Amino acid sequence: MPELFHRKIERSAILFVLGIIAAASVGGIVEIAPLFTIDETVEEAPDMRVYTPLEFAGRNIYIREGCYACHSQMIRTLRDEVERYGPYSLAVESQYDRPMLWGSKRTGPDLARIGGKYSDFWHVAHLTNPRDVVPESNMPAYPWLARTSLRTEDLPLHLAAQQSLGVPYTDEMLENAARDAYGQATPDTDQAAGIAERYGEETNVSAFDGVRTQVTEMDALVAYLQVLGRLTDAAYQDTAAPEEAPEPIE
Amino acid sequence: MIKNLTSGEREISIFILVLVAIAGLAMAALGRADPLGTQGWIVILLAGSLLWLIFRAAFEPEPVEERLTSYYDDPIKIGIALSMFWAVFGMFVGVWVAAQLAWPNLAFDAAWSSFGRLRPAHTTGVIFGFGGNALIATSFHVVQRTSRARLAGQLSPWFVLFGYNLFCILAISGYLLGITQSKEYGEAEWYADIWLVIVWVTYFVLYIRTIARRKEPHIYVANWYFMAFILVVAILHIVNNLAVPVSWGHAKSYTIWPGVQDAMVQWWYGHNAVAFFLTAGFLGMLYYYLPIRAQRPIFSYRLSILSFWGITFFYMWAGSHHLHYTALPHWVQTLGMTFSVMLLVPSWASAGNALLTLNGAWHRVRDDATLRFMMAAAVFYGLSTFEGSFMAIRPVNSLSHYTDWTVGHVHAGALGWVALITFGSLYTLVPNLWKRERMYSAKLVEVHFWLAIAGTLIYVFAMWNSGIIQGLMWRTYTDEGALAYSFTDSLVAMYPYYIARAVGGLLFLMGAVIGCYNMWMTIKSVPLAARADDAPVASAAVPGE
Repeated sequence: MPELFHRKIERSAILFVLGIIAAASVGGIVEIAPLFTIDETVEEAPDMRVYTPLEFAGRNIYIREGCYACHSQMIRTLRDEVERYGPYSLAVESQYDRPMLWGSKRTGPDLARIGGKYSDFWHVAHLTNPRDVVPESNMPAYPWLARTSLRTEDLPLHLAAQQSLGVPYTDEMLENAARDAYGQATPDTDQAAGIAERYGEETNVSAFDGVRTQVTEMDALVAYLQVLGRLTDAAYQDTAAPEEAPEPIE
Repeated sequence: MIKNLTSGEREISIFILVLVAIAGLAMAALGRADPLGTQGWIVILLAGSLLWLIFRAAFEPEPVEERLTSYYDDPIKIGIALSMFWAVFGMFVGVWVAAQLAWPNLAFDAAWSSFGRLRPAHTTGVIFGFGGNALIATSFHVVQRTSRARLAGQLSPWFVLFGYNLFCILAISGYLLGITQSKEYGEAEWYADIWLVIVWVTYFVLYIRTIARRKEPHIYVANWYFMAFILVVAILHIVNNLAVPVSWGHAKSYTIWPGVQDAMVQWWYGHNAVAFFLTAGFLGMLYYYLPIRAQRPIFSYRLSILSFWGITFFYMWAGSHHLHYTALPHWVQTLGMTFSVMLLVPSWASAGNALLTLNGAWHRVRDDATLRFMMAAAVFYGLSTFEGSFMAIRPVNSLSHYTDWTVGHVHAGALGWVALITFGSLYTLVPNLWKRERMYSAKLVEVHFWLAIAGTLIYVFAMWNSGIIQGLMWRTYTDEGALAYSFTDSLVAMYPYYIARAVGGLLFLMGAVIGCYNMWMTIKSVPLAARADDAPVASAAVPGE
């Protein structure tokens, strides 16, 4: 009789602890371990590039300011989302993302494909005071980003940590990280020349915040926003059609 | 309190605090070019303040030998005070961020006070500050009374309590400085995470050793839940926070989990933080304080067993329901949905068991606001677990996900269940622990109860409305087949509800402040009760069996 059996376990702290560990382990093991072994989990995207040092630094600012608390980066496989934001997100698009920034709440719109939709100038104005460009917005203003110089000297360490986790940064990219971060925000300089060579011709080299003499946190964040959804074309290749939103409420 | 430590124990605590201060100094030196340095100074400051307190009492006489034959309640008292402090802090930040959504200029253009940095300060403040301290305090109380044994350590309870609060302070001050892993409900960085592991292992060893001293053959059901809480939170915390720091001088680290796997680990952690921190631990509270207050045994022992193992097993599968329609493989989404629906069985078994325990005591529920807190908590627990299973169903989730409906659901659980059961338990515990006849004012408990209920209902109804409106606006098409509303249209529709939500939160905060005052006055001015039998030698009050 099960009750008698339980009377026995609850007399022993050790048995009880082992029971809890056994019962609580199964779910996680069954759901997480196969994600590393089943090949279809992450699609192939041979054209995918890594973040440049400037974009990577911008991503860290995005994290630091908690942007993920109000903006998702995960377009679901639903028709209305695909029509509003673009092709639905694929797993491969965040394969280098540690941590992922899929988000869980849209107080503001999804940003998975925001890159290239607005000008650099729009982003700078919007981040400096969102209500200047979208009067109804409730987004916080980030005026200090344009006033704060970007910390670049430790970027090689950051990229090295990424490299140690398997992100395909080359040693050359590491060595030139600080230089490339500067170059991407200062077009037509010597430092800008190496970017295309290391990260591809399509890399966005621009004086993002409009100031060419200094690299600010604003430069980095805008560079990051402008590359969202543009690291690979995989999502635009032939993928399955999105689903109709179910109609639970008539 | 320090007087109750022997001079040897005082020396050990000085030794530990000096080690902590040295660690802080190392952080300050290595991280002088990084926010890590500031965190180091915070560690030094906190260790220094505790050292000062100990030095001040260093030459007090040795404590009496008889203390070892009574229960060890000093750490519980401090734990309750810390819990109420964090409640007011966390809820205040909550009201502030809620108001920022309606009036964005309330961030005052400063970096530390913008929504993205304050939001984790709110969640960590209420979940880990308020909830965690309440769990540590009540678990220390429950394990001693139900085992009829004194805590198995003189210093380790203090280490657990202060170590845990150091973690909370490092985490929250870090967010304001811009230090975050961005993993929801696990934002603290690597050094704070390692520290929490040390604290948590001490907590587990202390708890198990106390249970090993028990003078009762059976381990009471409340302790099952506290054990599950301690154990599983350790597993979740370690797996979710595996990361590579940039260097010893950087606060920043990078998680080892990439992209889709990170999403799965994150929500396996996130959902089970709800399960084992915010559910299992507080069910432990419920299973002790509710029967004590109602003076009725637990309705059904079998239901207790069914719900305990059901919750421990099913919950761990449910996290993937946070990722419906995403790039997570479909089979994992389906598993998550299935187990989320099945979870309703053990959840309602617990809620039903609690409510049926009140049979024969409903007149007490009517007259005693403290017991009513616990009754309402059980009702909200039943409602929000039903809502959770419902929202985990794929088509429902297509509407609710990314909207305020999720926020409303979380707060139905956090305010209605977690906070109400905590207040009910603390109103039972405070007079008992300080050996007072009663709470200072039963009226004020009553006022707190109604403020809390009104606040919760206003909050939840506002978020249901805004969430469902938002979800429907996003998917509405015109007759021509185009999307009917821009994103901005849906935001404009939210403003009235954001204001209502802030009002609901404010009422709830006011209740907590009144609760603090009432507890303070109880300790200060209510006469001592003449009761003698609260010691390990007497026959313990073990409810239920």
